[in-house]
Amino acid sequence: MSTPTTPQPPVRPRLGVFKFASCDGCQLTLLDCEDELLGIAAELEIAHFLEASSEPAPGPYDLVLVEGSVSTPEHVERIRRIRADARHLVTIGACATAGGVQALRNYADVDGYLATVYARPEYIETLATSTPVSAHVPVDFELRGCPIDRGQLVEVITAFLAGRKPAIPNHSVCFACKRRGNVCVTVAHGTPCLGPVTHAGCGALCPTYGRGCYGCFGPAGTTNLPALVPLMQRDGMSEEDIGRFLHTFNVTAFTAVEEQGQPGVTDAEGPG
Amino acid sequence: MSDPTPRSQELRIPSLARVEGETALHLRIDHGTVIEARLKIYEPPRFFEAFLRGRAHTEPPDLTSRICGICPVAYQMSACRAIEDACGVVVDGQLAALRRLLYCGEWIESQTLHIHMLHAPDFLGEDDVIGLSRSHLEHVKRGLRLKQAGNAVVELLGGRAIHPVNVRIGGFHRAPTRAELRPLEERLRTALDDAWDTVRWVAGFEFPDAECDADLLALAEEGTYAIESGVPTVLPYDEMLPPYSFPLRDFTDHVAEEQVSHSTALHSRLDGRRHLTGSLARWAVSGYLLSPLALEAAREAGLGDPLSRAGAGRAEVCRNPYRSILVRAVEVLYAVEEALRIITEYERPARPYVEVPARAGIGHGATEAPRGLLYHRYAFDDGGRVTDARIVPPTAQNQGAIEEDLRRLVQAGLDRGEGSEAELTRLCERAVRNHDPCISCSAHFLELDIERTH
Ligand code: SF4
Ligand code: SF4
Repeated sequence: MSTPTTPQPPVRPRLGVFKFASCDGCQLTLLDCEDELLGIAAELEIAHFLEASSEPAPGPYDLVLVEGSVSTPEHVERIRRIRADARHLVTIGACATAGGVQALRNYADVDGYLATVYARPEYIETLATSTPVSAHVPVDFELRGCPIDRGQLVEVITAFLAGRKPAIPNHSVCFACKRRGNVCVTVAHGTPCLGPVTHAGCGALCPTYGRGCYGCFGPAGTTNLPALVPLMQRDGMSEEDIGRFLHTFNVTAFTAVEEQGQPGVTDAEGPG
Repeated sequence: MSDPTPRSQELRIPSLARVEGETALHLRIDHGTVIEARLKIYEPPRFFEAFLRGRAHTEPPDLTSRICGICPVAYQMSACRAIEDACGVVVDGQLAALRRLLYCGEWIESQTLHIHMLHAPDFLGEDDVIGLSRSHLEHVKRGLRLKQAGNAVVELLGGRAIHPVNVRIGGFHRAPTRAELRPLEERLRTALDDAWDTVRWVAGFEFPDAECDADLLALAEEGTYAIESGVPTVLPYDEMLPPYSFPLRDFTDHVAEEQVSHSTALHSRLDGRRHLTGSLARWAVSGYLLSPLALEAAREAGLGDPLSRAGAGRAEVCRNPYRSILVRAVEVLYAVEEALRIITEYERPARPYVEVPARAGIGHGATEAPRGLLYHRYAFDDGGRVTDARIVPPTAQNQGAIEEDLRRLVQAGLDRGEGSEAELTRLCERAVRNHDPCISCSAHFLELDIERTH
């Protein structure tokens, strides 16, 4: 039990950071804001952030950042309680906004998966799916990326403090490539790249390092998936390769794009 | 003591996989004797080993990095080594040097994070790094600077610090030019001073007495402090037993995992005994191979001189888990120095990677993640598709040793008369953070569950 409450300092907005099924990378992005960290700590009361602090305080919270996907019965309950305690709820990363890599199970037989990993699967409780937070509670803003980008995270927090909408553009990685002056890896080298359909935020990292984008930020605001598919086929990818390419780091997100009536890629078998 | 209602021993934990994640602790105390201390890891199952099946041989490095955002480079490196082993490819020369450089970056940032943000507050009576920045601002700032230097290395080479994009089997997508690496030099020179100061700072902490009686397991490599490769080497706790090594391909014959009902992390035993990997094990196995500078820092910090025992087959051994922070600080200093050395000697290779043609086979890979030995094994079919994957992370290996550590510490606490829930919680939290099992389980223990019988 912690010690009694003492006179209150000036009221600062209270931040809560919560983790579901995830790798911790998105939360760690917050700790990686070395230059901004002490400033953020001064502006906000970090009320709940288990990765960084051992004294979690109860809600309500003004801003809640949620990392990770919903993948156990307990998660379903917990995300509802957290939502009830949160004035604004922002999901951070591909796990929380699209189910994450662990959503690969959504296409598989989870009992088979359990048997692969655990000798005594009866000890384990899990859901058959890994779902985004928005499948369970209303979400005020979804920040994409696996992991999220530091600059975008600081923008989201700053925007919240200023009471405005975060300025996170919806365009694709291609825009960032042009801005960086990259040579297009698809046009120049025939390297398959999801840049045209992937949400910007990383600063076009992969093409800058000479590889094709593998979609870790999920779909951009408007995408033309059908136009990209023949290009990837031209560059030697089979239908199955394309399926895996699109459905790994944001498994469910590109599925949603496809389901909005765009033909070209089928995913009957799911990834793998 | 009031009469607590006996609680059910079998706890059902909604939960998960073999990764480092959230944790709680269950203590069973009978008439003042600790019968059992069980770590409950309740990170939900994420099934990596299952969904790796059917994937192409190029995919595991990016995929498995998502197991842990705290040490993604370790996952990428162990995966690459295992796949290359299966395909009969050896990556050497400047490409190997670049890999070591990348790994040094991760060591610097990850160990520094642990030292300053998670571990130091325990020694200085603070709840967290925010509290620490009130009482020890200069030290926190230095820690942030040092961590940033590590991140800068990973970001330059890998594109970003968490889940770097530039790693591929056979090497890198793009190798930096010498000129591109140069800006890191200045940063790392400052970092060298910061790392020294960190060693001195933590050397001044007060360390409670404690001893971990597990066997120590780390990779050993001829002529160098093992980071990105090496042979598994064991220093048994029983000094009558000689140190021994075994081939990596026999890893799972020696380190056998068993599932326990209370945790989703699998427990493992080394040749039937409890074992520990990580900084304490590395220091014991290869301490004498550290650089002169790092050795000097270690001596100054009171860790002793492994050189004096090098011929004896046993290096200087530190078994006090509280003092692991000292070894970590020395390792950070060493990693900074290594990074500088690699950059100075760097020549850009003609190609950023060697081809790794797919073939059927089984491959093994192990590297020293900041938290300890991380083993991967993959089996591939003719088309280079994964037919089986096995990943043994350090936390799963260390869990048994940590639990034993907790049992003893709690017993000692009870014997001293510290029996309240708050006192025991504090004690246990510290004990777990000593082992740095992972950032999320080390930063907190949300739940302490005590079952007492009188
Ligand atoms: S989105 Fe990616 S980086 Fe973020 S928690 Fe999930 S796996 Fe980790
Ligand atoms: S280029 Fe694509 S895959 Fe690479 S970091 Fe950016 S969004 Fe992620």
